[in-house]
Amino acid sequence: MEALKNKAREWLDSRMVQLVIGYSQGSGDSVRAVFVHDPGQVETLLFDSRCRQNLAVYLLKPEVKKMGKAALVANLTTLRAVLQLAAENQIGEHDVLTLTVNPAGELLVLSTLEAIETYVAISAPDLSVEEKAELEKYEKLGMEERWQFWQEQFSRCLKCYACRAACPLCYCSRCTVECNQPQWIPVPAHDLGNLEWNVMRAMHLAGRCVNCGDCSRACPVNIPLYLLNQKLISDVFRNFNARSGMAAKAENTLSTFKPNDKEDFIR
Amino acid sequence: MSEFQPKIVAFVCNWCTYAGADLTGTSRMKYSPQVSIIRFPCTGRIDFMLLLKAFANGADGIIVSGCHPNDCHYTSGNFHARRRWILFRGLLDFMGIDTRRIEFSWISAAEGAKWAQLVNTTAENIRKLGPFANYEKLRHQGVS
Amino acid sequence: MEIEIKVISRDALERVFSLWLAAGKRILAPKKTGELVDFAWVTQLSEVCLDQVQTVQSPKLAIFPKVEELFSYQTAFDQVTIQDRPLEALEEIVVFGLRPCDAAAFASLAAIFTWDSPDQLFSARFEKMTLVGVSCARADEYCFCTSVGGGPGATTGSDILLTDIGSGEYLAEIISEKGRQTVQAAAGKFQPAAGKEKESHLAKVVPSFALAKITPALAALFDDDAFWAEQSRRCLGCGACAYVCPTCACFDIQDEGAGDSGKRLRCWDSCGFSMFTLHTSGHNPRPLQSQRWRQRLMHKFAYMPERQKVLGCVGCGRCSRACPVDMNVLEHLRAIAEAKI
Repeated sequence: MEALKNKAREWLDSRMVQLVIGYSQGSGDSVRAVFVHDPGQVETLLFDSRCRQNLAVYLLKPEVKKMGKAALVANLTTLRAVLQLAAENQIGEHDVLTLTVNPAGELLVLSTLEAIETYVAISAPDLSVEEKAELEKYEKLGMEERWQFWQEQFSRCLKCYACRAACPLCYCSRCTVECNQPQWIPVPAHDLGNLEWNVMRAMHLAGRCVNCGDCSRACPVNIPLYLLNQKLISDVFRNFNARSGMAAKAENTLSTFKPNDKEDFIR
Repeated sequence: MSEFQPKIVAFVCNWCTYAGADLTGTSRMKYSPQVSIIRFPCTGRIDFMLLLKAFANGADGIIVSGCHPNDCHYTSGNFHARRRWILFRGLLDFMGIDTRRIEFSWISAAEGAKWAQLVNTTAENIRKLGPFANYEKLRHQGVS
Repeated sequence: MEIEIKVISRDALERVFSLWLAAGKRILAPKKTGELVDFAWVTQLSEVCLDQVQTVQSPKLAIFPKVEELFSYQTAFDQVTIQDRPLEALEEIVVFGLRPCDAAAFASLAAIFTWDSPDQLFSARFEKMTLVGVSCARADEYCFCTSVGGGPGATTGSDILLTDIGSGEYLAEIISEKGRQTVQAAAGKFQPAAGKEKESHLAKVVPSFALAKITPALAALFDDDAFWAEQSRRCLGCGACAYVCPTCACFDIQDEGAGDSGKRLRCWDSCGFSMFTLHTSGHNPRPLQSQRWRQRLMHKFAYMPERQKVLGCVGCGRCSRACPVDMNVLEHLRAIAEAKI
């Protein structure tokens, strides 16, 4: 990806940015996040279909912020995370300098929130056909089967919080699980605590999750967390016609309402 | 008595449903004693996790009730609650948690009869569904 | 104790499983569920999966479970009654199919749990556990047992070490007294081994770094903040590495109760969490992820050897495989060993 390296080198040389957050070769055939702060390091940058990690997770880390202005190599869901973070006032216009590669393989510089909005408009309005089909498969199971399935999944949870750590929208400097007055979510990874943790995290992401899949990839014991998030993405869209990460100014689903929100279960 | 007596926890708002339940009492209307009422200033204050906490503490059924839309004492608390419940209920159902065990309602301060009816219907439904065995088991799993 | 060498067929091993179960033991072994191979309770040899290089989690969960009850309590007015765990009620366990690195890791765990004050629950579980390891025919790029004093066929820590020598046979090295007793209880299943060797059936794991260089390098690099910041910048501060690690022993204590009764639970904790060292005063001696990353390596490669005389790492590579951001501890250790100090 010569264009990417050249742009990074140009920006670092001109001191337009002090840091380029991107992807480089990792262990085996994988890729990993890289923090290029020296023009000599740009050769390590790459961008291909393996680049799925949502690098927006690093934008709010104090250790990264203090390195100065950063450019971010972003895939589509990373760009949506950037917009969602802007919508939640976590980053501003001046924090935004992104590089992406479009489906045609061309390097694009998206240096304003508006430019990112225009670009992400190309992403599908809802879950993909395959995602919808998989979700439906689980929705169609009987209640007892659904319970058994999730019991089995959560019994494996270690409460390592890799899901939380990998998620760019889980940026609370003190997560609710880290408050012990009261200990709202149990610390130990017993089955009840695991259920409560995963349900709570899914709800805290309702209307905010950009479906990047990092939580599921991060989970060391392969819990299909994406199913919970996609269920909520689907319900948020169907009930409130809202999607996360499409605009830099947007209402947060759970802190707003419409007087005519529809439901069929309140007596 | 060997017949199953369901434990029902009711999360209600102070200004409408709690006052309504008060009216039920002053009107001498009888209703099932299985319910334990927890008073909130507003349904908007009801954290969705509280419902799961109720189940984790032995509740077999839950009632959540507050002011009718447009009548919230704090103007919009119940609107926020409604959105929250729409999503939370969908998530619980997706995970196989029996949402028949949770009744949502709008009951005003004038609707004493409606409160009695809701509690009686809920108690009967939960009695039929039986104890929440799945959740009871969950409370003791995963500790070596 | 001299190691006895025997041989056992797969069929005989199947029957040994039945004998263990009949004797009231539970068997913990690698089992495949979907894409995941991890330790789980099994009742038959056919359930055991040994195709993988390593399981996701380590067998430390046999004696240091992710959640463990320490005692239960009841209160009434000014009276508190406590019920300790009855240690006799703990089950006998056979951990089958763990690798030589995993077996060696128990020494590191024991060094911590029996260091200044012997942990009764840990010790009781350890005593009731028999380790039947299986040596490694394959290794991957994350393995580095030979750099930390171990090897694909190392016997340290196992009670019995099996090596698949083909033709449905396993070489069985009987290493400890517990191993001897296991063989005795399985009368006739283990046969004398004439002229069988294991070396040709083991993976080749070339040492990646000189261990002797690590500890002095760590000491010299301690104050090099930039070095640690560079290494740890992509670390997200989750607990995956600590939880899958066979030697990590940090734990949290949580009391869970309602009203007048409850339980005290012990559960896993990780030094990678941002609030791991947060004091009640609000001061945090390790507020940066780089300091927590440095601490992880220092603890395993400097503090533990110094204080407990045992290394805190067995080179199993699980942390690197589980890490969501590919921290790859082996790469970092190589960099440390080769650093100009």
